[in-house]
Amino acid sequence: MSLLNGMAAVKEEIIKCMKCGNCQAACPIYKELRLEPAVARGKIHLAGMLAGGELKAAPALAERFALCLTCLACTAVCPSGVKVCDIILAARAALAAELGLPFAKRAAFAALTQPKLFRAGLKTFARLQGLAFRRLAPFKMKPRFPLGLEMRRVVPPLATASFLDRAKEKYPVEKPLARVALFAGCLNNYVYPRVGHAALHVLQANRVEVVIPREQHCCGAPSIYNGATGMAREMARSHVDIFGSLGVDAVITMCGTCGESFAHFYPRLLEDVPGYGKKARELARKTTDIARFLYRLPLDKGNLRSLDLSVTYHQPCHLGRGLGVVKEPVELLSGIPGTRYTPLKDPARCCGNAGSFSLSHYHLSYRILGHKLKDIAGTGAQVVATGCPACKMQLTDGLTQENMSQEAMHTVEILAHAYGFAL
Amino acid sequence: MSLEKALTDLRRALGPHNVITDPADLLCYSYDATADVPTQRPDVVVTPESTAHVVQVVKIARQYRLPIYPRGSGTNLSGGTIPLRGGIVLATVKMNRILEIDPANLTATVQPGVIIQDLNNAVAPYGLLYPPDPGTVATATMGGSVAECSGGLRGLKYGVTRHYVMGLEVVLASGEVIRCGGKTVKNVTGYDLVRLFTGSEGTLGIITEITVRLIPAPQARETMLAGFARLADAGNTVTEIIQRKVIPATLEIMDRVTVEVVENYAHIGLPTDVAALLLIEVDGIPEVVKYEAETVREIIKKNNGWVKTAENEAARENLLAARRAALPALAQRKPTTILEDATVPRSKITEMLLALEEIGKKYDLLIGTFGHAGDGNLHPTILADARDEDEMRRVRAAVEEIFRVALSLGGTLSGEHGIGMAKMRFLPWEMGASGVNVLRQIKKALDPENILNPGKMVDLAQEEEQK
Repeated sequence: MSLLNGMAAVKEEIIKCMKCGNCQAACPIYKELRLEPAVARGKIHLAGMLAGGELKAAPALAERFALCLTCLACTAVCPSGVKVCDIILAARAALAAELGLPFAKRAAFAALTQPKLFRAGLKTFARLQGLAFRRLAPFKMKPRFPLGLEMRRVVPPLATASFLDRAKEKYPVEKPLARVALFAGCLNNYVYPRVGHAALHVLQANRVEVVIPREQHCCGAPSIYNGATGMAREMARSHVDIFGSLGVDAVITMCGTCGESFAHFYPRLLEDVPGYGKKARELARKTTDIARFLYRLPLDKGNLRSLDLSVTYHQPCHLGRGLGVVKEPVELLSGIPGTRYTPLKDPARCCGNAGSFSLSHYHLSYRILGHKLKDIAGTGAQVVATGCPACKMQLTDGLTQENMSQEAMHTVEILAHAYGFAL
Repeated sequence: MSLEKALTDLRRALGPHNVITDPADLLCYSYDATADVPTQRPDVVVTPESTAHVVQVVKIARQYRLPIYPRGSGTNLSGGTIPLRGGIVLATVKMNRILEIDPANLTATVQPGVIIQDLNNAVAPYGLLYPPDPGTVATATMGGSVAECSGGLRGLKYGVTRHYVMGLEVVLASGEVIRCGGKTVKNVTGYDLVRLFTGSEGTLGIITEITVRLIPAPQARETMLAGFARLADAGNTVTEIIQRKVIPATLEIMDRVTVEVVENYAHIGLPTDVAALLLIEVDGIPEVVKYEAETVREIIKKNNGWVKTAENEAARENLLAARRAALPALAQRKPTTILEDATVPRSKITEMLLALEEIGKKYDLLIGTFGHAGDGNLHPTILADARDEDEMRRVRAAVEEIFRVALSLGGTLSGEHGIGMAKMRFLPWEMGASGVNVLRQIKKALDPENILNPGKMVDLAQEEEQK
């Protein structure tokens, strides 16, 4: 199915829903609101009416479809195997096509399609952010004015030098075991550049040659998840051009959502674009999350130093349920000498960030985060590892506001530290 | 006009946040989990937070002559919560507090919106168990499952919901609040109103508080999977296990169609050359469990079956996975899944299974049957496509025949899903005109204006039209 064929393409998925309501037990939003329109079954019913023309596009309807984390938890428990996320995205796209995206989102996504302008804008912002934000700690700050952000929200500052600013284009090694291209992703690039440098460190320590294409840009996920499929297709096409010609063994992502864009969405966005279908499938096949790549390598354990660390792991939705990367990060962390891994009770439960959802529904997002924080507190771990910069941002916000001592880190940051990388 | 006034009153009584009127939201309360029944959008959905709120809703409904459709999680399979005549959907989801766990009296008292699994999670630390175990245990509310008297996998040994409800608080159609039953094991004061409201499907009153009996959680269990080349062997095994005085907690059957579909779907290594599989679990005191499991294995072998016993928790999960996959696997075959629950005396299970195979052939339908063999409650699952009118006609004819066969074997229309609107017209087949008339008299006595879940179980409106 092409993601661009609108509601018609998901009609079969909609019919498959037998309305059993099992999704109620899985949906983090339903757990908070307990209202039928909040759960997959309700939204699938509405999507059916939209597809059948019995419901017209309206802002109130768009708001119902915005109320989804795309965390895939419902899909995982659905007896009928309904691809709920496809239905939600198709409905969002159909509604966005008729109603337009809200202005703020539209402006942000347009900027994402123009990488140069976006980079210049963010650089300016990185220098001036002190005017708008109050620093709490080197990597944490709070807004001074409402700015469209919740005043209590703790956000990380933009890095003064992004990962792509500082990284070189090529990192050759002697007798490489593999050659890979590294995809940074926006949040890691601009907010958490250390994650990229950590990945680079681990890859080099394991004799993996890395290329980092300069022209790479946003993976397109914000467009995909908000119904701007046209924009998403442009980004997909551009990345197929950029990464398709490198002749590398793998394209490494450091975020489950970016990974899903490359591995799952690009082939579907481009299947009808002449000359791109096959290339997109090839790129999808090569796309590998950093944890999975390192786990399969396998790692050179001889150089790992011991870290006296108790750690737990939060599984990002798109990394775990999306890409199926579940055991790899845990195995990597448990394999570091001296590290004690304590699992969360419910590691796969969504943290509530879901990208722009945390901007548009901050209070609800924070309530969902509350369950995760309680789970983390119960482990007694010092560090929460995760494989997604948006989860990291969300967890850091909650841990700071609740005065919890744990720090949220990307799995590869901890691993790099064990390879001598300074945190 | 009067609806607008009713909405204003509802908002004033419950607060605007508990009164839902957005058209898109209302559409999400037009259905429940029942296949092949009409849907209807309510005029308003209310989410009361207390018994006082529920009383207010009833009073306003009476004043403006609006029907009330009580609803929990909307997971029932008889159209029980569909607001057939518009009006008010009263969703109990915000009355979801566990009010008390009383380990001395082995009871728990809950509000109707508590999820069954949440109650079990809450009593587990006390070493206690609330046994009713419907397939929707993780989603269904206590209020809904008491109103529907749901059953589940443990019916044979532990009984069904009605065996655990000890006391109720109910808001009547008059707006009065009554309490019946309580925490005492013995209680013969007056008619047994607790049993009357349990399974009343929201037609006699709105349940606002429930006191249930808990039991000590079993200390040990043993789980076995058995396969048979002939259906009769499986049926005889079921009968013989009971005759030998072993009462398993779980005694589930899957027929050939179901086993094939499950294996194709889940690839868990089930042999597809069997006529039936039985999943058997015995529980209790370790010594007894050991003896009972031995007896069960002996009976299976005698009846030409093979048996696998779970050595540990992981292996147990594997065996249970086959049974859990039954509905999903069947549901994925075709878009529309019609799940019936006609029930026969345990000794007639084999006859019923054979009849179901015949009915499938006769109407050219794919029917997979699985279910609670131990208590005679089978789930013939008809797989169809609602868009295929011809096929749906055959489905309806097959369902009627399933009912006829079940009744002819001394069984019942519904073991655990309820009558609702889906099986209303078949009631006289089982109860006779006089029996249905008794239901009518009870309904009239408690809800003379027919405002509680009208159009379900017995239809007073229809009667008025006929006069």
